[in-house]
Amino acid sequence: MPESKEKYRATMLIATTLLSVLAAAALCFGRYSANPLDVLEAARGKLSGSTTNAAMETIVFKVRLPRVAASVLIGCALSLSGAAYQSTFRNPLVSPDLLGVSSGASLGAAIALYFGMPLSSVQLFAFAGGIAAVLAAASLPKLLRNPSNMALVLSGIIVSSFMNAVIGIVKLLSREQDQLAAIVFWQMGSLSRINSKQLLSSAPVIVACSAVMIAISWRMNILSFGEEEARSVGVNVPRLRAIAIICASLLTASSVSISGSIGWIGLVIPHFGRLICGSDNTRLMPLAAALGGIFLLLIDTAARTATSIEIPISILTGLIGAPMYAWLLFKLRAKIT
Amino acid sequence: MSIEISALRFSYSNIEILKGINLTIEPGATLSILGSNGSGKTTLLNIIAGLLAPAGGNLLYDGKPMAEFAPEAMARIVGFVPQTIIPAFDYSVLEYVVTGCAPYIGTFGRPKSVHYDIAMEAIFEMGISHLANKSYRLISGGERQQVSIARVIAQKPAYILLDEPTSHLDYGNQARTLNTIKKLANDGYGVVFTTHNPDQALLVGGKCAVLGRDGRLASGGSLELISKELLASIYNINVDIARFGDKGRQVCFIPQLDDDGGL
Repeated sequence: MPESKEKYRATMLIATTLLSVLAAAALCFGRYSANPLDVLEAARGKLSGSTTNAAMETIVFKVRLPRVAASVLIGCALSLSGAAYQSTFRNPLVSPDLLGVSSGASLGAAIALYFGMPLSSVQLFAFAGGIAAVLAAASLPKLLRNPSNMALVLSGIIVSSFMNAVIGIVKLLSREQDQLAAIVFWQMGSLSRINSKQLLSSAPVIVACSAVMIAISWRMNILSFGEEEARSVGVNVPRLRAIAIICASLLTASSVSISGSIGWIGLVIPHFGRLICGSDNTRLMPLAAALGGIFLLLIDTAARTATSIEIPISILTGLIGAPMYAWLLFKLRAKIT
Repeated sequence: MSIEISALRFSYSNIEILKGINLTIEPGATLSILGSNGSGKTTLLNIIAGLLAPAGGNLLYDGKPMAEFAPEAMARIVGFVPQTIIPAFDYSVLEYVVTGCAPYIGTFGRPKSVHYDIAMEAIFEMGISHLANKSYRLISGGERQQVSIARVIAQKPAYILLDEPTSHLDYGNQARTLNTIKKLANDGYGVVFTTHNPDQALLVGGKCAVLGRDGRLASGGSLELISKELLASIYNINVDIARFGDKGRQVCFIPQLDDDGGL
């Protein structure tokens, strides 16, 4: 066994403990009351059925808890899907946003919102759009007969620009009062309107896909060595690649369908994880999931409490994620070819 | 159990490069494949490894068509050492070598200590135990070659195919790799390798197969098959064969360059 197994266990323990502590702390933060005792009292009231402070109970369980849970889940999902895409395409430069998956999922969701469809259809359309985008982005380099990392990144940019243009058309066609407002609000990337119903529709998909990704994480190592390598040790490459792409796209689409597109997490957090525990996906994927949860939880808590107005999440992830990526590139001395 | 190839054909965009290849590969022996640039050596190796599908002909293992074996079963028959691997991410040598155990680990499984033991044994066998926890990216080309062979040993296939295993190596590492090839054959593996240096075929001995410019293949014992005329027809140059040294080893060499520089 690799010698640093204990070190990794300790790292995971610290990360999950930190995540739990931060999640508990986040429940105490908010505009209404920031007193942990009030939160404890609300929890006691909910469990015993004898409510003393109905307003606080509603705020903790109907507003803060779904939001805290959603930020953790979406952070995990985006970070894991980024790690999965990077191994599948053996390309450290790709992420759900760069591959166009986020834009594709956004387009799918925008179409569903335009037609006023229910939440389940928004999710379904988001997934279909995400899969279409990743397939388009992955097949363009094949058509160009250029398998380089750069060709894949460029085709991701092409696909996402195209998807964004189509989203523009959908917005243009929308009625200002209802359709447009729904699309724009949702597109800004916010967890402010999250509710238990939305959370419960996405959470099972996110949990199931994360479990599958972590279950195949060792095979993902082999896939990241290249197709020929993987086939020569008996890996069924088309099947494994299909599982990985479907899971990663479902993770992204489930997130996008409830929170809008949130950038940078899928790109930056997996690299940050590699810096801590190396590239072995059996270690990286659980750690990246935990780190993604911590990151988005911190960002979202800041977004809702730092100022008197709600700050859109994408502003904060960009503000922190972009410089962090620059620093990581420097740190990893990433060979970009 | 031998691999039997008959009437094997392969084309790249309508240009037929393998025209009816017949060849038998035996366990516990070496087979070197010679041929000019573009003659189809790597293609033939890829077909035997199951990485490319032939356009026609038969490829049998133990009398059964090799295309009918599932990927995992195929990986237990044939292991492949490609020319160079440049991983997109950084792995330790041990993490890389243990992937050779993949045919013995389920889709949702991961290596257990028994697999790490197999990987460490293979690393030890290659004499590179000191590299086990080093980063695969930071070791030299010669060391990577040894690591790749360690991985294929951990895979425990019946046959080991190596695509130009000495092409990026210095003189000493070339000799070490040829030694390893001989040792693997003595250990019972069927070992097939391609090379641009016909002297390596003479040095290793065993069987040799030569892909001609006409897309046909001649095979036989290296020492009997390789002649001045044959080498001249492959490479279009003048090559001499002589016996040298205490043991009278058969050696092929280029006697001299043309006076006009070959122009």
